[in-house]
Amino acid sequence: MNNPSEFFDELSGFGETPRAPYADYCGWFDRQNEAQLRKKAKEAEVFFRRTGITFNVYGQQEATERLIPFDVVPRIISGREWSRLTKGIEQRVRAINAFLHDIYHRQEIVRAGRVPVELIAQNEAFLPQMIGVSPPGGIYTHIVGTDIVRTGEDEFYVLEDNARTPSGVSYMLENRETMLQMFPELFSRVPVREVSDYPKMLRRSLSACAPEACEGKPVVAVLTPGIHNSAYFEHSFLADQMGVELVEGHDLRLVDGRIAMRTTQGYTPIDVLYRRIDDDYLDPLNFNPTSMLGVPGIMDAYRAGKITIANAPGTGIADDKAIYSYMPEIVEFYTGEKAILKNVPTWRCSEPDALAYVLEHLPELVVKEVHGSGGYGMLVGPAANKREIAAFADKLRSKPSNYIAQPTLSLSTVPVMTKAGLAPRHVDLRPFVLVSPNKIEITPGGLTRVAMKAGSLVVNSSQGGGTKDTWVLDE
Amino acid sequence: MLGKTAGGLFWMFRFLERSENIARLVDAGFRIALTRSAAAEAEWASVVRTAGVQGPFLERYDTYTASNVVDFLLRDRSNPSSVMSAIDSARSNARLVRTALTREVWEATNECWMSMKDVLKRPVSESGLPDVLATIRRQNALVRGALTGTMLRNDIYNFAHLGTFVERADNTARILDVKYYVLLPSVSFVGSSLDNVQWETILRSVSAQRAYRWLSDGDANPKQIANLIILDQRMPRSLAFCVAQIREHLGYLADGYGERLDCHDLAQAQGRRLADHSIESIFETGLHQFLADFIVRNNALGLQIERDYRFYG
Repeated sequence: MNNPSEFFDELSGFGETPRAPYADYCGWFDRQNEAQLRKKAKEAEVFFRRTGITFNVYGQQEATERLIPFDVVPRIISGREWSRLTKGIEQRVRAINAFLHDIYHRQEIVRAGRVPVELIAQNEAFLPQMIGVSPPGGIYTHIVGTDIVRTGEDEFYVLEDNARTPSGVSYMLENRETMLQMFPELFSRVPVREVSDYPKMLRRSLSACAPEACEGKPVVAVLTPGIHNSAYFEHSFLADQMGVELVEGHDLRLVDGRIAMRTTQGYTPIDVLYRRIDDDYLDPLNFNPTSMLGVPGIMDAYRAGKITIANAPGTGIADDKAIYSYMPEIVEFYTGEKAILKNVPTWRCSEPDALAYVLEHLPELVVKEVHGSGGYGMLVGPAANKREIAAFADKLRSKPSNYIAQPTLSLSTVPVMTKAGLAPRHVDLRPFVLVSPNKIEITPGGLTRVAMKAGSLVVNSSQGGGTKDTWVLDE
Repeated sequence: MLGKTAGGLFWMFRFLERSENIARLVDAGFRIALTRSAAAEAEWASVVRTAGVQGPFLERYDTYTASNVVDFLLRDRSNPSSVMSAIDSARSNARLVRTALTREVWEATNECWMSMKDVLKRPVSESGLPDVLATIRRQNALVRGALTGTMLRNDIYNFAHLGTFVERADNTARILDVKYYVLLPSVSFVGSSLDNVQWETILRSVSAQRAYRWLSDGDANPKQIANLIILDQRMPRSLAFCVAQIREHLGYLADGYGERLDCHDLAQAQGRRLADHSIESIFETGLHQFLADFIVRNNALGLQIERDYRFYG
């Protein structure tokens, strides 16, 4: 179980012996039979298939439902590492909420000259319809999935803030469920903190943000684009686990100024809508008029304080990749503290000097679209060939403001089970954060995404990435 | 409950029921084709007619051979009532109403779909057919078992059952209607081997051979057969049983919601019509007439349930 390497390995660091968080696990692992473990891994796949934990891949006709590969070796985080991470995440999430409130109200941060005005005013993710609107409870980002990468013992970077509609939490829960079924004995040996409370916490957290119009127990619902959406499994899973309705746009309508869902007995008003569709599709009257997914008039009900939309419309600007590069300033401006978690150095291609640098160093950089997500439309310089780099350079020159670039990080690795035994693969980590007026809660764990190909740095499931169970030790 | 969810449950169970009924029809056709090869083509034609897909079948094929019919009814995705299409639709509806189902019911449905995709991947050979049909029935039974074993007896359960029995009533009525002539006293020669085989086919199509043997004195008799399949409330695929189930579950909904709707009146009228008839009076009015009328009313009841409970807004 050892593999000295140039990358930081979560199991063995840069050395050959297990790091402390993995000591108990390795004690168990060394007594296992690898063939047996591989058999268990096969069983896990059957379990996922039968449970229907699949995701749809856009643009593929056949076999549209795919499994995300699951690896049986957990990613383990010590209690100390976790407490540091959560402090940093909390600080960042608090700053993001303050930032959103500010840019839709007085824009102090612009007045203070800490971020340029064009960055806000000309940003596609900035929603003029939100100017002057205060969401119920003052919360913009009810659910956040902060993407974190690690490069060394104490080196953690935030890669993305995912403040719109972060997905993957169902995998966090199902991965744990699978591990509990496969290796019950491991959990009596290693003190792993629980993640299974997440749906309950989510419901409580959403209910705490109910609008004033709500009388009695808040009615919560999850809004999905429908069964063909890539994350439909997660939408139905969360609604199911929270015990709330899963609705689509055509189930909803404006009734007496409130958003109500069509039930077998007539229309019932909704207080809190956890929407899993983008701003643009939310309301054909206020945004994209061709949207079939949204609810006509929901923005009007929202502005009138009749419904809570989670996350609030217009939060997308906070996880915009151009804004990202200003996050250290943003954290400092609103919290008065230095950011605990580091930002990855970022070149904004809209700036001529930065663009020149990026064009010159493409083979060593990662270039991303400012509004992109899911690993689509990005260039991983070190993995690209000359032709791909040249083609990307053209795109970059024709619309520089659409891109940012970052150095290729030496992402940490965790071993995965392969046919030839354990082998290191690069990972990232997405903890899930719930924000309500009284508190910020971070579930001890999260989604560890892993690039299943040796050497690959792309962990996105849409690009063939897999997942691991993520353990936070109770210590 | 969302209207859409009620609709999803209703259709999920209609499609599951349909897949099983189609399998049973194919089974009966297969049996008769084996035992009486001269009548095989006519028999397959009547199977296609009973499944209600004669038009689309003839667009695709010229002859009612076993392989054409079996493939069209089991595997053809262009046939919305093929077993594969029906299971596909059942599972899509199950995904739509995933939050209303227990994990057991969802997994049984998903496994049903996976195993159907597997066994229907390639054309089914004559020797493989019995196995495939048995798999379809078994997978359906697993879903039904999970439903009765794990689901709360609430409106979710009621809508699921309404789907099952509206579909089953339609199916049983159509099986009889396509074969009604063999039950008519005027043309039947009691005891002739042709009739015995035809009667056996009808009973087999509704899984009632065993029931019939228990309940009758062993003599095959068209009136008794018709009575069993139309009016006998003990027979789980009879029209009377289906209508009683529909009324029962609509009754629970009326109690639970505190609201009686138009569909309740339609269901009550269906029940009364069956109660008012004896098998003799049905034969007098005309068996075909009676069945055609039943099918129209059953259909209207299904549509009224959709409207009353706001399946589509």
